[in-house]
Amino acid sequence: MKALGIILAGGNENLGQLTDLRAAAAMPIGSCYRCLDFPLSNMSNSGIGKVAVLTQYNSRSLHDHLSSAKWWDLGRKQGGLFIFSPYLTSKNSFWFRGTADSIYQNITYLKRSNEAYVVLVSGNAVYKMDYNDIINFHVSKEADITIVYREAPQDEDLRSYGVLEVDNEGRVLNIEEKPLEPQSNLISMGIYVIQRTLLIKLLDATQAEDRYDFVRDILVRYRKKLKLYGCHFDGYWKTLNGVKSYYDCNMDFLRKDVRDIFTKDAPYIETKPKDEPPGKYNAGAQAKDALIGSGSIINGYIEHSVLFRKVFTGEGSAIKHSIVMESCYIGNNCYIENAILDKEVVLSDGKQIIGKPGDPMIIAKGQVI
Amino acid sequence: MKKKEMIAMLLAGGQGSRLGVLTTTKAKPAVAFGGKYRIIDFPMSNCINSGVDTVGVLTQYEPLLLNSHIGIGIPWDLDRRSGGVTILAPHVKGEQGEWYSGTANAIYQNIDYIDNHNPEYVLILSGDHIYKMDYSQMLDFHKKEHCDATIAVREVPYDEASRFGIMNTRENDSVYEFEEKPKNPKSNLASMGIYIFTWKKLREALIADNKENPDSDFGKHIIPRMLGEGQTLFAYRFKDYWKDVGTVESYWVANMDLTWPLPQFNLYDDFWKIYTDADHQPPQYTGPNANVNASLLSEGCEVYGSVYNSVLGPGVYVAEGAVIRDSIIMGGCSVGNNSVIERGIIDENARIGSQVVIGCGENVPNEQKPSVYDTGITVIGERSVIPDNVSIGKNCVIYGISTPEEYPNNNLPSGSSIINEKEVIV
Repeated sequence: MKALGIILAGGNENLGQLTDLRAAAAMPIGSCYRCLDFPLSNMSNSGIGKVAVLTQYNSRSLHDHLSSAKWWDLGRKQGGLFIFSPYLTSKNSFWFRGTADSIYQNITYLKRSNEAYVVLVSGNAVYKMDYNDIINFHVSKEADITIVYREAPQDEDLRSYGVLEVDNEGRVLNIEEKPLEPQSNLISMGIYVIQRTLLIKLLDATQAEDRYDFVRDILVRYRKKLKLYGCHFDGYWKTLNGVKSYYDCNMDFLRKDVRDIFTKDAPYIETKPKDEPPGKYNAGAQAKDALIGSGSIINGYIEHSVLFRKVFTGEGSAIKHSIVMESCYIGNNCYIENAILDKEVVLSDGKQIIGKPGDPMIIAKGQVI
Repeated sequence: MKKKEMIAMLLAGGQGSRLGVLTTTKAKPAVAFGGKYRIIDFPMSNCINSGVDTVGVLTQYEPLLLNSHIGIGIPWDLDRRSGGVTILAPHVKGEQGEWYSGTANAIYQNIDYIDNHNPEYVLILSGDHIYKMDYSQMLDFHKKEHCDATIAVREVPYDEASRFGIMNTRENDSVYEFEEKPKNPKSNLASMGIYIFTWKKLREALIADNKENPDSDFGKHIIPRMLGEGQTLFAYRFKDYWKDVGTVESYWVANMDLTWPLPQFNLYDDFWKIYTDADHQPPQYTGPNANVNASLLSEGCEVYGSVYNSVLGPGVYVAEGAVIRDSIIMGGCSVGNNSVIERGIIDENARIGSQVVIGCGENVPNEQKPSVYDTGITVIGERSVIPDNVSIGKNCVIYGISTPEEYPNNNLPSGSSIINEKEVIV
């Protein structure tokens, strides 16, 4: 079935200082990826050759990452990659006012297409999915909108999710956005399939009523009027909705079963190549249960940590249970535990960065300590 | 067509027989180097970093891997609307086809390609050296000295000079004589096989020389011819790192050089990157009991054992208890539990079983090819299989899927070979 893709990559979620300077979809993941690589590769791997990425919140790093579409095989004459940011017109001087508004402001993209379906996904989750499975489900159920859902992870606060009630056939009986008293443990993953013409109609209608949010003003509002279906997914999935989930997601990549999903089992998740040389482990270095990005030079001791590209760690330093992003420089005899070092942090010799388990200490981008 | 000031012609057709089984199914420029790279990546990256965006790659011997590696040149930013990279294979002209019979003959057969780009200058490169060089500086030199040809040279020790093509120069570095492997060298400036020619002059020389020498070669024919005609040739001195990796030993040494704390050859230069075809680049993982020391690990490696003084290519798997020392393990290989590899070169996608020992015993030169394998290094060819529980000596060669029966008493003594050319992992 022909479909086009839309990835909503505008939000900054609740990632504290980490998203002060970038959108959640641009967050570095698993030593060499950015979060957006996951939905974008899923699109390409599902044979969706026409994809729009909607950006808004501090989109520079996203634009940098998407400077060429060829890494995701989306540098095409037919379709390809579209990047939409808010823009000024004589009648319009506002930012995207919500998810539905962000699509509505680029409705020409939908109108000028002839694909039957739209796969609409959020850009801030880490997972691998063949969207064709969802489209096939959608077609077989003759649904108006299909929502992909899963059981909430244990101990998760459901009040930050869309919560569904689904019957045995998959029909969505009710959907509530960020409910105070959730009626089930089934949460929406922010992945939808909808007919293109229906989406245009719904966007026109909500805009006419000055409503701007896709979940609140379309899904919830039309839940009884339209045929909403839920499609169940039980693979690996992590949404970046806070520092804890971001930390956990990176640590998950230390597990072989998780890593293999994305890096060993085809199709792979692709990212923009940076052409760094191999990682170098000098004499005396010890890396135990560690992911190291290319171009890194390792001295000292690394344990249960994720290091991104081009990190330098000095002699006598120890890094435990931490995330160290691209181009950080860690001097000699430093000690880092339960911490997240954003990009380009410089630690001079002998510094200590110690956070609590479950509450990592965050060092903002480019800090020199 | 937009006119190009200088285009490059990269000679990549050589077999490199002194690399032994490493070049069984690939040309020497396609052999992996430094973990994730192939030898040809170095001149290719030098081209784009020097602003040369039109590169003709001349292939002949086993071009399949080279062709797929280069593709349309995306990794080197050489996918261009005008210029870019073009693979130039020998082809049929008129009634009959012709192989490339010499370095200059290969260029002669592609005069049309060069004419299409109508360049002022042509840069001739070979695909078998490891170095970083700014060809634009060499071109500036060529223009400043009003040369017809400029030959890059490096100073070699006088006692080694008789192994090289030597440029005899005047005080201002202009060349008055070229001697191929002279017995009594008058100079120690060895040609690096890197030339810049003014295209008009080279074109004339190629056409004239082809009538006399059907195996026309730059060193043997073209340079002496131009000198004889009184043209202006200069030697361009290059002082940085440059390694010929033409033998098993020199190839191994050049890889090991990279594991030093501060290697002479710096791959970690942001503004002179070496590019290669590696789009899928997952990170490397070291397990809870892993030991990795003085080594390079490429993307996607998973190491659960120990790796010392070694270079690992992309996606290498080293199982628990395995020990790798002073070795080169190329991309896609796996090493089983508790295996020990010392001074080994394992070519791409080979499978080493469990409890295997490689590189034990005495240093006896290889029985079949003593001149290729005599420095204690054992070489395992690409897509080979080594069964469990066998030990393999020094200077051994194994190519293809080997079975336990081929190892009497589970042992392959130093200097032995097992070659099963048609049986490899598909």
